[in-house]
Order: sequence, then C-alpha cells, then structure tokens
Amino acid sequence: MGMTMTQKILADHAGLPSVRAGDLIEAKLDLVLGNDVTTPVAVGVFDKAGFTRVFDPEKIVIVLDHYTPCKDIKSAELCATARDFAKRYHISHLYDTGAAGIEHALLPEQGLVGPGDLVIGADSHTCTYGALGAFSTGVGSTDMAAGMAAGENWFKVPAAIRVELTGTLPPYVSGKDVVLHLIGQIGVDGALYQSLEFTGPGVAALGMDDRFTVANMAIEAGAKNGIFPVDEQTLAYVKDRFPRPVKVYEADADAEYTRTVEIDLSALRPTVSLPHLPSNTKTVDQVKGLPIQQVVIGSCTNGRISDLRAAAAILKGRHVAPGVRCIVIPATQAVWLQALEEGLMQTFIEAGCAVSTPTCGPCLGGHMGVMSAGERAVATTNRNFVGRMGHVRSEVILANPAVAAASAVAGCLADPAELDGAVEDAGPYKEGLNPC
Amino acid sequence: MLNGTVFKFGDNVDTDVIIPARYLNAPSPEELAQHCMEDIDSSFVRRVQPGDIMVGGWNFGCGSSREHAPIAIQASGVSCVIAASFARIFYRNAINIGFPILESPEASERIAAGDRVRVDLNTGLITDETSGETFQAAAPPAFIGKIIESGGLLPYLKARQDAK
Repeated sequence: MGMTMTQKILADHAGLPSVRAGDLIEAKLDLVLGNDVTTPVAVGVFDKAGFTRVFDPEKIVIVLDHYTPCKDIKSAELCATARDFAKRYHISHLYDTGAAGIEHALLPEQGLVGPGDLVIGADSHTCTYGALGAFSTGVGSTDMAAGMAAGENWFKVPAAIRVELTGTLPPYVSGKDVVLHLIGQIGVDGALYQSLEFTGPGVAALGMDDRFTVANMAIEAGAKNGIFPVDEQTLAYVKDRFPRPVKVYEADADAEYTRTVEIDLSALRPTVSLPHLPSNTKTVDQVKGLPIQQVVIGSCTNGRISDLRAAAAILKGRHVAPGVRCIVIPATQAVWLQALEEGLMQTFIEAGCAVSTPTCGPCLGGHMGVMSAGERAVATTNRNFVGRMGHVRSEVILANPAVAAASAVAGCLADPAELDGAVEDAGPYKEGLNPC
Repeated sequence: MLNGTVFKFGDNVDTDVIIPARYLNAPSPEELAQHCMEDIDSSFVRRVQPGDIMVGGWNFGCGSSREHAPIAIQASGVSCVIAASFARIFYRNAINIGFPILESPEASERIAAGDRVRVDLNTGLITDETSGETFQAAAPPAFIGKIIESGGLLPYLKARQDAK
C-alpha cells in the first residue's frame, strides 16, 4: 500500500520506512510556532513541568501578532511573558512590533519554513504552510510546550481526501473561492482528522498566494492539514528565502484516499460564506445586496500582496460607500512596503480606507475593527462564527478581496464583475446610485 | 466515576463560543471560566455545578487552537464532555491537559439537557440515570491513556526525559 504525501513526510520524521492511517507515531519537528495568545499559556505549562531548556532555540518562532501593537494592559502582559521566555532561552526568531507580521504570511516570507518540513504551531491556521509542500498543523499550547521541550510530538497518521483541481481561474475568482467552495461542498467537518491533498493540472493555475489561502482554510473543513505538491512555482518561491535543503515528497501512485473531490476551477464563481459557518456558502450573485457596515481586507488568509492588488484594482478611482468602514491590513511589513511601492496604499487612502499596521486584530474580534450589535461585515478572513468579529449579534460574511472591495464601494455585498471596466461602465454603481 | 447534570449543546460548537477571543488576554482558568459559553448560553456559568457534564453534537470544539477552550470548560466545574465527534485540535488539547472527553454519537443524540448522567472513565460506560439508557464510548488508545495517567503531556515527557 502506498503512502500519501503527508504520510511520507510523517514517516520520514518518525524514522519509519512507512506509516498507515491511524498509526500513532512520535515525529521530530523542524519548527515550533507560537503567538502572543498561545505562547504565554505554553510558557506556563513548560515552566510548571520543570523544563529548563528548549530543544533548539533556532527552531522555535514566536510572533506577536494577535493583540499587537498591544491593545491593553492584559495584552501587554502576555507579550511581556513571551518576550521574557524568548530572552531566557535565546530564541532569536521573536517577531515583535515593527518586525512582526501575521505569522502565517510571515514564516514563508522569511524562509523559516519550506518543502518537506514538519511544523507544529499553536495557532489553528498553521496548516497554511502546506502550500509549500510541508506538513504543518495547528496545535494547542501544551503541544507547543512539548515541542519546545522535546523537539518531537505525537501524531495520529491521517487518512486523506484527494482534491483534484482542473481548469483555470476566471476573473475575480481566487484561491479563496476554491477553498470556500470546497468547504461548502464537504462541510466544516468534512475532512475531520484527515489531510486534504490538492493535486491535478489545476494546481499550476494557482499562484503561491492562492495556494497559501487554500491551505490556510483546510482547518475550516476540520482537516489536520492541507498540502500541495511542490512544483516550479514552489521552488521559485523558496529560492533565495529558504536556507535549508529542499525536500520534495510526492504521493505514491497507489496511495489510498478516502474520497476524491473534483473541482473545475473554470466553473467557479466568486463565493461567499454567510453567517455563521464557513460551510454556509453561496455564489455572490445569489446573495448580493445584503447591507454592510464594515469591510476587512487582510488576515493570514488574504493579507498578501496579490490580495491587496486584487482589492486595489477594484478600489482604484472609486470611493468607499457612505456608512461603510473599509479596513485594509497588509499581513507583513514587507507586504506593506511593497504595496506602498506599487502605489496601492495611495489607492486605498484615496478610496477612503483605513490602513493598519500588520495584526490579526479584527479577524478574531480582538481589536482594530470590532463590531457592535446588528452590524455586518464582508471580510477576507477565515471564520464567521457567532461573535467572531465582535458583538454576539454582529455578522461576518467571508469573501475574496475583490468581492470585499466591491462591497466596500457598493455599500452592500456586491459582485465585482458588475463593477468591471471603466467607472462609467459600472452600471447601477455609477452616479452614486445605490444597488443595495 | 463522574456524576452530574447535563448541559446540552448542538453541532459545531466552536471555540469562539466556548471562550470568545475578547477574553483570551486573561489566561487564568478562573477568569476564562467566568465567560465560558456565554455567547450561546448566557446563564451557563451561573447554573453549572461542579461535576456537571457537557454534551455536544458533531465536531465539538471546531475553530481555533486556543487551549483556553478546554481550560475554560474544565475550570467552570464541568467534569467531562461527551460529543458525537470532536474537532481534532480540541481533542488533542483536552488529552494534553488531562481533561476527560468521550466520543459517542449515540449518547450525544439520546441524552437530554438536564438528565443526570454517570460516566465511568475506566470503561467508557455512560449511564443516563434519568432515562435508564447506557452507552459505550470508545476507550482511548493505550498511548493516550499513558499521557492521561501521567497527568498530561508535559509531565509525561518530563518523566521520560528524566529517566534517560
């Protein structure tokens, strides 16, 4: 019986010739990640258990990104705990305000993770690095502490679902729509305990930023990880970033999958998830017109340069509708600077957007865009659970950056295709006519 | 042997409703417990008694990796969670902190809110004393049993490291 790509990475890191779905193994870790919310809890259990050294200070990364720049005294205390731990154990990869970005955009960008790696992170969206052909999965704080102490952890080898991609992406359709469509199809526990292995000729049609978005939301289908094959685009991305040798794993031809899901990229439409589950998907044309008060463009899901370009292309020469707050959050300092150099920042400011320093902030209702009762946002983030972005009676609609930007301009959930071309061709959107 | 009154919730109970992110900057278990489940049941914290049992549906604990979620439930006084299935990070987190969870689709479906339920963690036997029904939850793999016996993952690893 052959192995899936995920199983091969796990077997290698466990020092085993082969593994099967369901096996409990102990595997060596290439990287352990934590943030300002999860690291302090990990520090507590690490200290309480009596550990006095970390396995390798170079293989631990701490990113202060959730409530930073610190929103209140409690958040500042959490960051202080994390900084103190990093200092105590000589952890050089501490990313503090000014260097920090949203962790899952930052780590690939900084070359801290690459193909073939086994990574655990005390943040559920750690699955993002599957875009690079790594096995990476979200864990809790005790697992982070265990990883820091021992350099290894226990895993149950997952079975896998194969997601076969064909075709190419139509205009205004991105990785976000691919993954929302998938979650809508299989459900929020459709891949529970399993890997999502993306394959097929359609993979080549997805740029790296799209792949990061898709792998990022694997957890929203309950998956342990999402993973892409390594191709020329992957190798080009890690070249000059990733200092360690690249290890390319491929699924065996006779690898076993519990099911295959086929997605024809060419047939996808801009897709949104209505409150309060990511699986509650509709195509935007089915539900356009819902009034909104806020738009958030950013997060570990959609805060990369391609996302900002897609949003800016819509916002260029247009203005955010009255009564809507549009918050743009580049995911890292490098993305921020590139957006500035490309003129995207000017576009955002002229359109009436608020542009923030990198932070997870509003995605989890932390800060920088928390909503009141009765408000609704279109956000490029990853979760739309009850109370996710603020008040328990506020609502989040998940969407891609083009849909979010079009909605900001329209003042309601809107289809970017209807804003297409020159402003004068914008149909009902011109002359301030309100299509909502 | 655990024994308590059941608080029942539906499918896909996510970690944002178990403990909203607005409280994550207060990581003491006692503070977290004060806000446990408040966005879907504002009276839960007031009504829950030590030893009570939480019953959920499919995919309990989905969403973020916050270990604050099982910590908050544990600190609220709940003695164990029974669900049809658990999201995997929540499942790991509960094991790693030594908080008992049991997977049983039948128990999840049949047990009603307010029932008195008895749980034998050694055998996985769940008894609904109100209805008289019994359910058998799967026993955890031996390796996981060792972690729970040690009082959690870190004590388990520390003991192993010290033995080397």
